[in-house]
Amino acid sequence: MNASAVVTVEGFVAESLATHGRDPRHLLQHLIRVQQRFSYVPDAAVEALSAALDVTRTQVRAAVAFYAFLHERPRGAFEIRFSDNITDRMLGSRRLIRLLIERLGLSGLPAWGRDLIRDDGRVSVGLASCTGMCDQGPALLVNGQAVTNLDAQRVDRIADLVQEGIPLERWPGEFFRVENNIRRRGLLLGNPATDGAALRRLVDEGADAALAEVERSGLRGRGGAGFTTALKWRFCREAPGTDRYVVCNADEGEPGTFKDRVLLTDYADLVIEGMTVCAGVIGARRGFLYLRGEYRYLLPHLESVLQRRRAEGLLGTRILGRDGFDFDIEIHLGAGAYICGEESALIESLEGKRGVTRKRPPFPVTSGFDDQPTVVNNVETFLASARVVQWGGYWLRGEGTDQSAGSKILSVSGDCARPGIYEYPFGTPVHRVLSDCGAENTQAVQISGAAGATLSPAEFDRIIAFEDLPTAGSFMIFDDSRDLLDMVRNFAAFFAHESCGFCTPCRVGGALLRNLVEKVAAGQGSEYDLSEMRHIGAVMREASYCGLGHTAPNHVLNTLDKFPSIYRRRLAREAHTPSFDLDAALSEARGIAGRDDPGTHIHKLSGETA
Amino acid sequence: MSKTFKLDGREIPFETGQTIMDAALAAGVYIPHLCHNPEFAPHGSCRVCVVDVGGRQVSACTAAASEGMEVDSSSEAIQATRRAILQMLFVEGNHVCPACEKSGACQLQAVAYYTGMLAPHFTHFFPRRPVDASHPDVVIDFNRCILCELCVRASRDHDGKRVFAISGRGLESHLVIDSASGLLGDSSFAASDKAAHVCPTGAILPKGRGYETPIGERLYDREPISIVGDVRAHEEEVL
Amino acid sequence: MAEKPRVATASLCGCFGCHMSLLDIDERILQLVDLVTFDCTPLTDIKILGDCDLGLIEGGVANAENVEVLREFRRRCKTLVAVGACAVNGGIPAMRNQFSLAECLRESYCYGIGVHNPGIPNDPEIPLLLNQVHPIHEVVAIDYFLPGCPPSADAIWTFLTAFLEGRPIAFPYTQIHFD
Repeated sequence: MNASAVVTVEGFVAESLATHGRDPRHLLQHLIRVQQRFSYVPDAAVEALSAALDVTRTQVRAAVAFYAFLHERPRGAFEIRFSDNITDRMLGSRRLIRLLIERLGLSGLPAWGRDLIRDDGRVSVGLASCTGMCDQGPALLVNGQAVTNLDAQRVDRIADLVQEGIPLERWPGEFFRVENNIRRRGLLLGNPATDGAALRRLVDEGADAALAEVERSGLRGRGGAGFTTALKWRFCREAPGTDRYVVCNADEGEPGTFKDRVLLTDYADLVIEGMTVCAGVIGARRGFLYLRGEYRYLLPHLESVLQRRRAEGLLGTRILGRDGFDFDIEIHLGAGAYICGEESALIESLEGKRGVTRKRPPFPVTSGFDDQPTVVNNVETFLASARVVQWGGYWLRGEGTDQSAGSKILSVSGDCARPGIYEYPFGTPVHRVLSDCGAENTQAVQISGAAGATLSPAEFDRIIAFEDLPTAGSFMIFDDSRDLLDMVRNFAAFFAHESCGFCTPCRVGGALLRNLVEKVAAGQGSEYDLSEMRHIGAVMREASYCGLGHTAPNHVLNTLDKFPSIYRRRLAREAHTPSFDLDAALSEARGIAGRDDPGTHIHKLSGETA
Repeated sequence: MSKTFKLDGREIPFETGQTIMDAALAAGVYIPHLCHNPEFAPHGSCRVCVVDVGGRQVSACTAAASEGMEVDSSSEAIQATRRAILQMLFVEGNHVCPACEKSGACQLQAVAYYTGMLAPHFTHFFPRRPVDASHPDVVIDFNRCILCELCVRASRDHDGKRVFAISGRGLESHLVIDSASGLLGDSSFAASDKAAHVCPTGAILPKGRGYETPIGERLYDREPISIVGDVRAHEEEVL
Repeated sequence: MAEKPRVATASLCGCFGCHMSLLDIDERILQLVDLVTFDCTPLTDIKILGDCDLGLIEGGVANAENVEVLREFRRRCKTLVAVGACAVNGGIPAMRNQFSLAECLRESYCYGIGVHNPGIPNDPEIPLLLNQVHPIHEVVAIDYFLPGCPPSADAIWTFLTAFLEGRPIAFPYTQIHFD
């Protein structure tokens, strides 16, 4: 394991710089490699990168502190991160974390931003936001590689492998097996095959014709916001600029979403074809695929697809032999930041910086990567646009509703017999999805991830469509055995952890909200606290800088309205309760005084100090 | 003919490309703000300048003015949102006004007065933050930093030094200093830097003086910030 | 004639400056005693709190006794007011929240300059300190906040007269300050 002794930090950085260049925008990519190699980013790497890339050491350190997968201090040689989405928890992840910790001789429990690191440096255990394996969880990442279908036996074996210091290459292959679990195929999933037909049509009939097909299809962005794709492409095409860029947003970070993982696994050709078509339409020569760090295991596969397409003349210079049609794609990795799914934060991250949302306008279509016109689309959108150009706009319009043409690919997880990928025409009601996946006694559906809407059974007739339930694809099911407050706690902690910290309402409001949720969960909350949660949620929703803050309180506000009992049954009798545990607040003083008699305690109810 | 929009019922002229904030300030109408400083590009992070445009809340410092738009900047709903944002800033840091040399000439405080904030309302975080007194001429008290990034921007865009940056994320976000030790005294920072003179709170203060102006005569003691204007406009008096 | 409103005051972890400021209303105090009856307050030396219409609290919550007194005031007073910076946000005493309690006590009673006979006091009569100093709204519900270190006599007067006359409470600009 301890190969870091062989290569010096400076040597490694020099090699990384030699191989991948000295563009300051590659800072994050260099940092990810350093982290991967040394299990942290040593000061020497900060200094070397700062000098070589002409960024301040402070900017380097700021990036390290921003991304959850980069660290200022060493993690274990085996760095283990349990996926901590609510679906992982529902599948028993908490018990498995405790089991592993016990087996490894660690104590305590990991929390957001607090990893347990064994003294010998062999192993560390921490948490990760949803790793996108909800249909085959509980899951974890070990040195960035996804391990799925955890159970006590598998965790036990992992503990042995760590103890024996067996390198990952020699771990059982089935640990790393990721299933596609495609349960229902529709327009897009029907057939993964492509022979470059969309590109050929683009080359034969021209960019205007291709754009006209996208326009005709009514295709809207599949990332959730639903902006009309053709309009985005047209804006970008017509915006003044010296270069144009195509960016595929594969930072599938919304908890409960994993369809892009499947698309990148089995449909990568089509996704890349969609990007290439877009490049042809807007006149871009460079593109990026921003792949979330959790999916790093897909990197070799994606690189090989890119390589093959270059060899086939479908990518690179003179695509399909056409002079001037040059376009190539670089894959950039993310490093554990949900905010980077927001397109302008993603561009900041592509440029090697902290993933902080940009001021908009200008929008990326006029000023994106390198301040040049840039199209950022979701994986599924590129896939759909390849087919639209190949088969025509009417093909997509054949399904769906007036305002939502085509189909939507859902990631179904939680309490159902058959979690996995389901593709439906837009307009499909929620209850149809529930019956197809074998969900019973469903109490609630969380649609479109932690930022989405919490649906009660009264709403299961609502339809998946931009005009009713827009969704990036996450569909998490909770049956009536679940306590929905567990979901709320999980999401509140998630948003507090994932806020980029730029604007006040999201940065502070998110932390206040999490603390109030925890207070209520601990049975110490009051009616007043519920009204405070509404108040803070409203300010976040109205006044935050970007979509993360606008949507972060949704789960609290939705459940307060639709599932009030999950809060009410835990409230204290008083109309107002202290914001902190009074008796616990005397703990230090008791320790110093060496006393623990009744006179040193404060009682909770009705206030007399004994 | 110049275009106009309505701000609380009043016609405000504007040029294409101007923000609501630019146009309002040019017309002599105050919209409260902290991270905004006309000498630097709009930032939009503090959210204190939130206004209502057709039922949507936007930050006046980043939203472009447009012909005929109706902007509400003074309703109780808007003031209440601003108050809540300010209260969040107050509980996030450690703002002990009675022990701060900037008190009375502090923009955070003055904007709080303007919105009618009487108390921080929320639960305090009481973070433990350092004070950096390593520089001979300037002291940084991180307890008072509200992450407006004005010093970051001034150092980068005006001084050409990049002395400051924001590190971490979420509630862990914090101002950092570019020197090997992380201390201001070891950085290239100078008291004559623009960055030394843009802090809207008492986070960055000159050494060797304090409490020079008697209470009652300080910048915001007698008249509100909507009349007096930003601290920056009174640099000479204040510093 | 209806009974006059009863007013109680207390100083928790503060410096009594807010009470001094109350006394700074000078001759208006004669009007005040016509308007109200003082219950438990350091000004009257009445030790037992009765049912009151108005409670004025100076100081933050720093120890177990503060908690007890504050809760008793909340129970007895129809309206409770946080008076002054310490009650409103913890004020100067809350600056100790930068340190652990042990650090504070050791500095004060063991290693501080000029300490004789070092040792942390540990008499059972001394109320135990909380880990941190808190503003009072973090312990009980508060109806009004009157900031200032201290709030000026005029601000206190504005509040009292408006409150007692049942008018909406509004302060002239110069009466509100956080210091």
